[in-house]
Amino acid sequence: MASRIVVDPITRIEGHLRIEAEVKDGRIVDAYSSGTMVRGLEIILQGRDPRDAWAFTERACGVCTTVHALASVRTVENALGITVPPNAELIRNLMFCTQYMQDHVVHFYHLHALDWVDVVSALKADPARTGDVARSISRWPKSSPAYFQDVQHRLKAFADSGQLGIFANGYWGHPAYKLPPEVNLLGVAHYLEALEWQKEIVKIHTIFGGKNPHPNYLVGGVPCSINPEEVNAINAERLGYVGKLLNDAQVFVEQVYIPDLLAVAGFYKDWAAIGGGLENYLAYGDLPTNGYGDVKGFKFPRGIVLGRNLKEVVPVDATKPDEIQEYIAHSWYDYSDGDQAGRHPWQGETKLNYTGPKPPYQHLNVDQKYSWLKTPRWKGQAMEVGPLARMLVAYASGNKDAQELVGAVLGKLKVPATALFSTLGRTAARGIETQLIAGWSKEFYGQLLANIKQGDLRTFTREKWEPSTWPAEAKGVGLSEAPRGALAHWIVIKDGKIANYQLVVPSTWNASPRDPKGQRSAYEAALIGTPVANPEQPLEILRTIHSFDPCIACAVHLYDEQGAWDYQVSVH
Amino acid sequence: MSDHRLTVWEHMSSRGYTRRDFAKLCGWLAAAAGIEATALRDVAYALETKARPPVVWFHFQECTCCSESFIRSSHPIVADILLDTVSLDYTLTLMAAAGHQAEEALHNTMKKYKGQYLMVVEGSVPTGAGGVYCTIAGRTALEIVQEAAKDALAIVNWGNCASAGCVQAAKPNPTSAQPIHKVVSGKPMINVQGCPPIGEVMAGTIVHLLTFGRLPELDRLGRPKAFYSRRVHDTCYRRPNFDAGLFVESFDDENARKGYCLYKMGCRGPVTYNACGVTRWNNGVSFPIQSGHPCIGCSEAGFWDNGPFYTHLPSFPGFGIEATADKIGLAAAGATVAGVAAHFAVTKLRDKKSNPDQDKKGGE
Repeated sequence: MASRIVVDPITRIEGHLRIEAEVKDGRIVDAYSSGTMVRGLEIILQGRDPRDAWAFTERACGVCTTVHALASVRTVENALGITVPPNAELIRNLMFCTQYMQDHVVHFYHLHALDWVDVVSALKADPARTGDVARSISRWPKSSPAYFQDVQHRLKAFADSGQLGIFANGYWGHPAYKLPPEVNLLGVAHYLEALEWQKEIVKIHTIFGGKNPHPNYLVGGVPCSINPEEVNAINAERLGYVGKLLNDAQVFVEQVYIPDLLAVAGFYKDWAAIGGGLENYLAYGDLPTNGYGDVKGFKFPRGIVLGRNLKEVVPVDATKPDEIQEYIAHSWYDYSDGDQAGRHPWQGETKLNYTGPKPPYQHLNVDQKYSWLKTPRWKGQAMEVGPLARMLVAYASGNKDAQELVGAVLGKLKVPATALFSTLGRTAARGIETQLIAGWSKEFYGQLLANIKQGDLRTFTREKWEPSTWPAEAKGVGLSEAPRGALAHWIVIKDGKIANYQLVVPSTWNASPRDPKGQRSAYEAALIGTPVANPEQPLEILRTIHSFDPCIACAVHLYDEQGAWDYQVSVH
Repeated sequence: MSDHRLTVWEHMSSRGYTRRDFAKLCGWLAAAAGIEATALRDVAYALETKARPPVVWFHFQECTCCSESFIRSSHPIVADILLDTVSLDYTLTLMAAAGHQAEEALHNTMKKYKGQYLMVVEGSVPTGAGGVYCTIAGRTALEIVQEAAKDALAIVNWGNCASAGCVQAAKPNPTSAQPIHKVVSGKPMINVQGCPPIGEVMAGTIVHLLTFGRLPELDRLGRPKAFYSRRVHDTCYRRPNFDAGLFVESFDDENARKGYCLYKMGCRGPVTYNACGVTRWNNGVSFPIQSGHPCIGCSEAGFWDNGPFYTHLPSFPGFGIEATADKIGLAAAGATVAGVAAHFAVTKLRDKKSNPDQDKKGGE
């Protein structure tokens, strides 16, 4: 007989996620994913100035800060027909790359690593041998035995204090931990180094956007001005700062993150056969090289891989009413035409109706409704989104950069291409794209410098800034790739105000409950077959769930007290 | 493992840091917390003798930007605050344990350090529909926050969500989101405002508590005066442009490229109390105005409903840095108070031309 495991809260994620899993004979046979917090950003957006929407939606998430702001300004620009100047596109790209590098590194070391690295085992390591390991995989200079000894002393003093802080009650000593003590010590050392480094790279956001988290964006361009002859604008000093941070980032990614990822992965190759889940992958693509309007110029291509068929990329159109739809059969909402219907976001409808158990509760009613997330589908099919989807779509699209790097990583790990469809593959894809982005960011930087050198200082277009220049009604969609996957916002503007605003975000695709046909979304599908050595210690569940890098506050934001999104909002 | 809790100095000396390093850390921390040099000895004493205070960090209706900002704190060893300064026993963002092991860690600390743990809160608490809009481990945020507050030493509310409800409390506040002071009473409480607060301000607040063993002085909205007693407008390096009547008229216009005042672009600096103009962001690299965007007022209650953001304030109260939040009070958020005109009048007298540079054809 199967037993039910509940993991709530899932920690080391953004937001509030609960997993209930049925375990039989040491493996998960069924799983349910539930988002347990809702705020209601979309209803709050109604009636507001579309130019303000980026700031509201940016607060969907502070971990993947900026991504919603970018999607939002694109949505409004798409609705109003605004094309931003090349410098603005480049600065947005640089902010995008910055976000990816910071976010993916933090995910690997601070959110995911403790699933693979046994901190307590690091106390038993021989620091000299850790140094040997470090030097054998990288030329990162902080690799002396004395350095690792220092880290180990620090860890020991911490453990001896009896106050284990964030490491208290961890799953130390669990049989699924496979790294030798020396590699565990390396992981701990780099956990601390990455914590130091991540606050540096984000300074690129601060330079262009004034702060991080939550830098400033602007419909029509970027808020910062460029003026090489002025201290109060982006000048040579500011650009030099950005260049240095990008260089440092590339070094950190190539000399610390990627070698560590490969070293750790080498001990966990069994996880290349676990956690595959869905067989469909969706990416909207991003990083325009010739303006947002030219999808062919995107560094990350757009498209869908169906049934793991890497020979074909199927196109996706976010404006077509029959492609992307959201369902609520297992979500705490009502639709006017019943629980079985799907709705395209422009016709989206959100009426909150909690029918779950009264708190405090032990179990959710998983046969009925069990989450604050809706369930998005593409032509009725479940899609995985995220780094793996991006790399597979890029690979299948014939993107040379992606193909080379994916091939190199598979070769180094000595695993077949099918290893990509797994928990380990997802984690590896995240590293691969970080390395790609570290390189691309320097191309964008070089282009920005070249533009400025040629005298193009423009960062904003005033065209269509004034609401008086807008049509009475306009609809737009803005697509992007958040670190966690395909992200889209839809807007309807009426008489200068937001009449409808909808977000369908990566973790909604991945973490959602079942659809009306009973099809599982990505988390639930990936957990099937995951081994569970000790039902009291859900380490393996965390591995697979963390491989998606959950971001639940993003995913749950839908609430409309009034019911239909039917433009009933009065114009002030 | 022994029950002896190591002091910060013991930690540092065991890691091979010298007494000089320790003194340097104290200096940095003091600077971060805005503590005067004469009080430096007190900082050293506190860090030398106190074990790491247990801290439990809650997440309710939030976006985790406060946690992210906290880990951006830049001072040499404050980035290591997790290992050396406090014992962060519960935080959904960083802790190794999950599920009931995580909840057990929380309850162990609440029991073992009854009345001694510091409670920090990120996020607002939904009070609508019996609290079902935010549950953790099957319990409502409301139940959790009230239980934990009972035996907390003090409560630090991170950011605008916990201090004032932030974006989810913006009209029409669909989930009836409330800040912590509306659902908990009878506890010392600090509101570290901002969306998010500046990382160094967050660290500085912790250091202040740790050092002096008491709350910092607070303004009438519960914010530490050390960081929230100055308007962004009064500490803004672009202020002379305001006084001289030099304004950006459109984003990326000639005046924007010279760094003129963003008042006409909707800047909320005149009604916003925060350290952005002094401490700046991410180790002093910049702040919104320096990077060309008007302040949106994120450290003020209700700032989301004080828009649209790009419409300039019709008026704002006060004049000069002597006007504090205490004197002006809630009027700051409303932006409909007289007295503004006086500010402008004085400004205009100082410089009759609204924009002398624009009057000159072709600039220089």
